[in-house]
Amino acid sequence: MTQHTLSVLVENTPGILARVAALFSRRGFNIESLAVGTTEHPDISRMTIVVNVESLPLEQVTKQLNKLINVLKIVELDTSQSVQRELVLVKVRADAETRSQVLETVSLFRAKVVDVAPDAVTIEATGNRDKLDAFIRVLEPFGIKELVQSGMVAIGRGARSITDRSLRSIDRSA
Amino acid sequence: MTTEQMTGAQALVRALENVGVDTVFGIPGGAILPAYDPLFDSRRIRHILVRHEQGAGHAAQGYAQVTGKVGVCMATSGPGATNLVTPISDAYMDSTPMVAITGQVATSLIGTDGFQEADISGITMPITKHNFLVTQPEDIGRTIVEAFHIASTGRPGPVLVDIAKDALQSTFDFEWPVQMRLPGYRPVTRPHSKQVREAAKLIVEAERPVLYVGGGVLKANAAAELKVLAELTGAPVVTTLMAKGALPDSHRLHMGMPGMHGSVGAVGALQRADLLVALGARFDDRVTGKLDGFAPNAKVVHADIDPAEISKNRHADVPIVGDAREVIADLVVAVQAEHDAGRRGDYAEWWKQLEAWRSTYPLGYDLPEDGGLSPQFVIERIGRMAGPDAYYVAGVGQHQMWAAQFIKYERPGAFLNSGGAGTMGYSVPAAMGAKVGKPDSAVWSIDGDGCFQMTNQELATCAIEGIPIKVAVINNGNLGMVRQWQTLFYDGRYSNTNLHSKRIPDFVKLAEAYGCIGLRCERPEDVDAVIAKAMEINDVPVIIDFVVHQDAMVWPMVAAGTTNDDIKIARDMAPDWENGE
Repeated sequence: MTQHTLSVLVENTPGILARVAALFSRRGFNIESLAVGTTEHPDISRMTIVVNVESLPLEQVTKQLNKLINVLKIVELDTSQSVQRELVLVKVRADAETRSQVLETVSLFRAKVVDVAPDAVTIEATGNRDKLDAFIRVLEPFGIKELVQSGMVAIGRGARSITDRSLRSIDRSA
Repeated sequence: MTTEQMTGAQALVRALENVGVDTVFGIPGGAILPAYDPLFDSRRIRHILVRHEQGAGHAAQGYAQVTGKVGVCMATSGPGATNLVTPISDAYMDSTPMVAITGQVATSLIGTDGFQEADISGITMPITKHNFLVTQPEDIGRTIVEAFHIASTGRPGPVLVDIAKDALQSTFDFEWPVQMRLPGYRPVTRPHSKQVREAAKLIVEAERPVLYVGGGVLKANAAAELKVLAELTGAPVVTTLMAKGALPDSHRLHMGMPGMHGSVGAVGALQRADLLVALGARFDDRVTGKLDGFAPNAKVVHADIDPAEISKNRHADVPIVGDAREVIADLVVAVQAEHDAGRRGDYAEWWKQLEAWRSTYPLGYDLPEDGGLSPQFVIERIGRMAGPDAYYVAGVGQHQMWAAQFIKYERPGAFLNSGGAGTMGYSVPAAMGAKVGKPDSAVWSIDGDGCFQMTNQELATCAIEGIPIKVAVINNGNLGMVRQWQTLFYDGRYSNTNLHSKRIPDFVKLAEAYGCIGLRCERPEDVDAVIAKAMEINDVPVIIDFVVHQDAMVWPMVAAGTTNDDIKIARDMAPDWENGE
């Protein structure tokens, strides 16, 4: 199985997340990660969906997604042709003895400390999956108390925008 | 644009009138009640009060299938709406254009587990083409227009519009006409010309082509174009359960119905083909049998209006997205161009083989040895006597397959049934809807005793509303198709398939209790007379209890999970494929 990243532009209507998520589960696909938020156009939301699937079933799920009335456009983003980022917030044990080592790791990964307590620090880090996995591995020996991760967001490299044409169709019909 | 002050309920009725609705099947209840008040005054909409919401849904399907218009059903919130789930799912599987309108509890109650609250838009999400929850009266008109547009265009299907009670009750400025806002909905109907030319090239190069015709051809009103294409190419045609009548059954190029209970000729044609031209068909498991053994040597041209159907089950060498009528019309031009350039398919050898199968393995049945009534004989006689102009509406099971096999369909749309969903109970209410849509045509429900008992309460609707359908109950006293599987695959252990419906209920008395005429027939020599009698009665519904023997089986049969090559023409009897070669 290969990992695919889909950018799905949708109308910002109630229930759209349920429609998309239900379609994946109904057709037997597991979503690895899903992130959703509005775009530069308030009527359009963008979902970044990561799935582990072979290319033939991916084609089928893409076609089924396209049949959802509120879905405007689907683009598969190639890893090499796009920037992919996730965000983690991680609460790590850090007492007087280990704090400096933890902080060193933070600066090494260009992460930042967002909260400090006497025996713990909370760190924010962004990056692609590989970097974050490495970061978490390095932090593990100190003792991870709590970890929360966002879904991946991704955007194509270069000047082209995938929203341009969809915005036009929205504007026309409004 | 005109503006007029009215309630949401009035806006709903006005919008329905404006999009051309003339018939609504439904039942009122609390949340939809405001809509029923202005509906009472409508001179353009006939509301038919059914006895169960499932009946309303199937009636809307039957109406849609015979008229080509969008069928409309209406129900209240909660259980009213959930009772529509089965017909909505049925319409989704068979691509029937339908709009279901449901009342929802008031906006302030949504999400509180209010009385008769059900999240019907959530429930129907996977079985509708689209659905809407409307909470503002201003959105009602536009939503209705969008719902009808979505239901009837592209690949047709059911759309549910759930309207909160307070939206129906509040007053606002109704504007008409309205502008649709569907930026994400752009069905492709024009086929790609390069793909069509490629398909034409494969057709003339093939030695053993088959036109595999599905329900999409009927939906697209493409029967005339199909006949031209078939005759131009000279290729054999098979029509699926959903496409009966797309090419007249009597046409010399017609090889019959493929699939689990298809003819040997049709199944053999697909299996031995070197080219399948699938037109509005979806390679359903009931047609393909075990997929990896299906038509193993065939290249595939697959034309469908729904891109998601193409290469879903079987890889398409030439995919064509488009409306079946446009695709077929373009194919005719492209094949003609090939012919003009001196390239023409030679299928003479292929036809020799096909004719051998056709003459060696015609559809047939054995009469019961005890002189009892044969269900196939009954259905065959109804088809002969009622003729090609009647509509035939089957339930689901053995009688459905026999109605597909032994009634000859000579025109598109004459056969209605629940193909994809396989909904027992479809027949009576769908026949009712069909009769409302085509009041001057004879409409025969061919039903089983099991199916009939699921929805026969609509006989009351038929009797009171003056909808004189004819119902042939093929009463073998059992859930016949399930019993057949128990005979074949469960050592004849008949677990819970005997309904005893030869004793209870008395279908003749039941018919009479519903204000219908009840007739009974138990002997072969009486069949013609009882059908003739039923045909003479045109003012009230007629129910005929045909008491048939219980051991008849549907043949041929491709057992589930086996390949089409393993088709049996009777128990333990396989056709000799090499015959005639």
